[in-house]
Amino acid sequence: MDIQGLTEHSWVLTAGTFLPLVGVLIMLFIPKKDEALSKAVAIGTAAITLGIGIYTLIAFNYDKADVMQFGARHEWISVIKSSYYIGIDGISLPLYVLSMVITLLVMIYSWDHVPSPGNAKAFFILMLVLQTGMAGTFIARDLVLFFVFFELVLLPMYFMIGVWGGENRQYASLKFFLYTMFGSALMLVAFLALFFKTGAESFAIPYLIENGGEIAKNTQIWIFAGMFVGFAVKVPMFPFHTWLPDAHTQAPTQGSVILAAILLKLGTYGFVRIAIPVLPDAAMEWAPYIGLLAVIGIIYGALGCLAQTDMKRLIAFSSVAHMGFVMLGISTLTSFGLNAAMFGMVAHGLITGMLFFVAGSVKERYHTLEIKRLSGMLVQMPKLGWILGFCAMASLGLPGLAGFWGEFPAILSAYNPADGLPVETFRTYMVIAAIGTVFAAAYLLWLYQRTAFGEPTAEFSPGHGHDEDIHDVNKFEWVAWTPLLIAIVVFGVYPQLMFKVLDPAVGVTLKAFGG
Amino acid sequence: MLSTLLASVSWTSPTIDYHALAPEIILGGGIVVLLLLDLFVSDAKKWLLTPVASFTLLASFIPVVTLALSDVGARSLFDGRYEIDKFSLVLKGLFLIAGYVVVLLATDHLREGDYYQGEFWFLMLSSILGMVMMASSRDMVSIFVSLEFLSIPAYMMAAWRKRDRLSNEAGVKYYLLGVFASAIMLYGMSLLYGITNSTKLTEIGTALGESVTPVRALAVFFVVIGFAFKVSAVPFHTWAPDTYQGAPTPVTAFLSVASKAAGFVALVTVVYVGFPGSHEVWQPVFWILSALTMTVGNVMALRQTNIVRMLAYSSVAQGGFILMPLSVAGIAEQSALRAVVAYLLVYAATNLGVFAVVMIVARKTQSGEISSYGGLFSYAPGVATMMTLFMASLAGIPPLGGWFGKFAAFHSLVSAGTNWSYTLAVIGGVNSVVAFGYYGRILREMWMKPVPHGDTAPVVVQSPLLVALIITGVSTLVLGTFPGIVMHFGDIAGLTGALVK
Repeated sequence: MDIQGLTEHSWVLTAGTFLPLVGVLIMLFIPKKDEALSKAVAIGTAAITLGIGIYTLIAFNYDKADVMQFGARHEWISVIKSSYYIGIDGISLPLYVLSMVITLLVMIYSWDHVPSPGNAKAFFILMLVLQTGMAGTFIARDLVLFFVFFELVLLPMYFMIGVWGGENRQYASLKFFLYTMFGSALMLVAFLALFFKTGAESFAIPYLIENGGEIAKNTQIWIFAGMFVGFAVKVPMFPFHTWLPDAHTQAPTQGSVILAAILLKLGTYGFVRIAIPVLPDAAMEWAPYIGLLAVIGIIYGALGCLAQTDMKRLIAFSSVAHMGFVMLGISTLTSFGLNAAMFGMVAHGLITGMLFFVAGSVKERYHTLEIKRLSGMLVQMPKLGWILGFCAMASLGLPGLAGFWGEFPAILSAYNPADGLPVETFRTYMVIAAIGTVFAAAYLLWLYQRTAFGEPTAEFSPGHGHDEDIHDVNKFEWVAWTPLLIAIVVFGVYPQLMFKVLDPAVGVTLKAFGG
Repeated sequence: MLSTLLASVSWTSPTIDYHALAPEIILGGGIVVLLLLDLFVSDAKKWLLTPVASFTLLASFIPVVTLALSDVGARSLFDGRYEIDKFSLVLKGLFLIAGYVVVLLATDHLREGDYYQGEFWFLMLSSILGMVMMASSRDMVSIFVSLEFLSIPAYMMAAWRKRDRLSNEAGVKYYLLGVFASAIMLYGMSLLYGITNSTKLTEIGTALGESVTPVRALAVFFVVIGFAFKVSAVPFHTWAPDTYQGAPTPVTAFLSVASKAAGFVALVTVVYVGFPGSHEVWQPVFWILSALTMTVGNVMALRQTNIVRMLAYSSVAQGGFILMPLSVAGIAEQSALRAVVAYLLVYAATNLGVFAVVMIVARKTQSGEISSYGGLFSYAPGVATMMTLFMASLAGIPPLGGWFGKFAAFHSLVSAGTNWSYTLAVIGGVNSVVAFGYYGRILREMWMKPVPHGDTAPVVVQSPLLVALIITGVSTLVLGTFPGIVMHFGDIAGLTGALVK
């Protein structure tokens, strides 16, 4: 079968994606009581998987970041013209590797943080299955394959929230599931419509990109609508976001981190990889509305943050706002905007992932995340307090840290949207988004001020029975967090590192817009 | 007198392809052996009957495989009224394997309850013989005979627990509504015979052509409605919940999988071979039945607290999904046939697995309440994981079999590309989300709820049930990850006599 792109070393993607399942198979035979062995095998598997990921990074041909590499295409379900078609380019590479990094770090963090009610074996197995689903989504070049991987993450996350989550876990997990499933059902119908409207020839994304533009505009708009719901729920965009605060708040720390760092990106990635390049005319029509929802999300998320009394819920709402910036960048349909959006996705993954880690550790120490009961973290746990401050700064977009390069260019890109989009509208969006950054600074600094500054509240001051729990960052936390902290600085100081990978691939994606 | 009669009918015996009929012949032989054994074997040796029953089923599966592999292709018997084609072979395989799994499920259940094993196996094998014949029948008479052949034993099996009032109710309800449905169908068939002067489906198809007159429409409508009872489509589903709940669990598994599949096989045959030109009549009927069936089935399933009753409504709702592609079978013939076949296979594997788990759990908890599944994952992680896979498959979550059934159904609807088919696709999409409401409830019980009464004694999985779990579990996973391996059985070329416009 014909494959577009480079095909050397095509085994690395398959190995990197399915290796976690091999680990799962091995773990099935480990007795439940032998928790240390379960954890070791799982972490070992994740480490080898990341090893393959790093090999992919090294072997990747950066001069040709615009073409799909490590490609392979094998027969799969030939009667419906779907194949096992994989490959990776500059857009998917950062996310693909990020998913592996996050999984490994989350697992290391889980070594001594398995949330109640325990059962490390099941918990680690679910994380490995999640990893396969996430990595698979980023390498799939066939819509059916993409759909299967996209859905594969649902059940593990459902159980992670529902079993290991907080008090309201069952409600939150069900809400998460039903929202996502509803989106996927419509998305599937849209995929099928796309397949038939392009001549029922192939589900391969390159084929659809070539032929999707010829579909009548009205039809395109409808098909785009179906995909939009599927992806927008995942991002999540206003008004489909209401599952997110509940899911994040109730999920165990590990679940929140994976959710924020990777799962949300499956939605934005879907827009960039599928919806926009395949249906360019519809994307033009939809872009102003996507932009509108994006800026509503920015402001709404920020206001939501200001109203929160729970630290984790506040971070969750900040996700809505940050994903709003990403979507705003995407909606401009310019190379500049899409680059910013892709960078923003990775940056948000690193920073918000870190924030959820910190929130988890705070909860573990104080047994509460209620902001007004927390105070003086810098006095009691200076290192943790500093890390929280660092992440808050990164999150509000301080220049020099990774968050800046996602947010600032995204706002800037709205000044000059793609030809044919209403310029005034987008410039208005730009102003609103800029106001959003002020809000972001406000809620993050306010959060930091209330929790870290001052003296510890009476109930948590020394000698009130919490001294044993309240300790500074421990060694597992250091191991899990240091790579993220370093990455935030490195990408903040030298963003070109990622932009040079993203830019060529973004250019290809926007070919239909003359960008 | 006699000589004139003899002279008027010049009878020549048809040539019979014994290879083609081998599955039916082996089954028939096995049934006779079972009857005789049951008569002459002492009570202490009644256990012999179970291996005989399972051996018969597996032995008759062998010719199904050899026929599928043979180069001859489709074989036509009795003047084209009995066809051994790809379509019939895959469904025969389905019926035989499903029957074998039901034997596994029923073995210990019958022995422990002392439930007349001999008679039970005899009736069950007869019913399976009826199904196997149904898959090949291309004539209204043989379709009707097969239908009664498979139904009448099932009526008795539903009432198997003689002294249980619920079981009796199950049997009587099933019987009365079944007979009612047969009567309606027969009326439709008699009209068809009157119109076309033939009972052979292909001839009916040619004679009916594309013209739709009121009486033709009525005939087609009645035949379709008759089978709608069999597949428990709403509003003809009212027997299903009571019958499923009252019947012994293995019988429920049998009814909800094999018997339902047989109903769909008959529907596909009459629609594709008998009335391909009258699709303007039956397509809207299927559209309405499908939309109603999945919606009502889902909404009712949400309210159930008893696991078997919930599964009954779930099975009704799944039937609605299988009806979905039939509503476009006149426009998207190929795609719709594939969808029905794929869905039936996946559904059979998954649902039998679910019943295996239900029986395992019920043995321990002695309860049919959904709440008795509380905390199952904490003390029986293996069984709970299997149940999770089956529930996910029924809910249509990749990579478990069910997703492909749904995918194929949506595939055919979208390929038809009419406003009506898109509407039904959206209704189906919403319904598949609603369905998670009750499938997810089982998952919540097993994973997230505490164990009722703190009873964490381990569950015992008897070896027949373990084998059943392995067969169904592996099939569910394999059908979900590599659905291509069975899809060619849904080729329209594999359904002899199907008129492609």
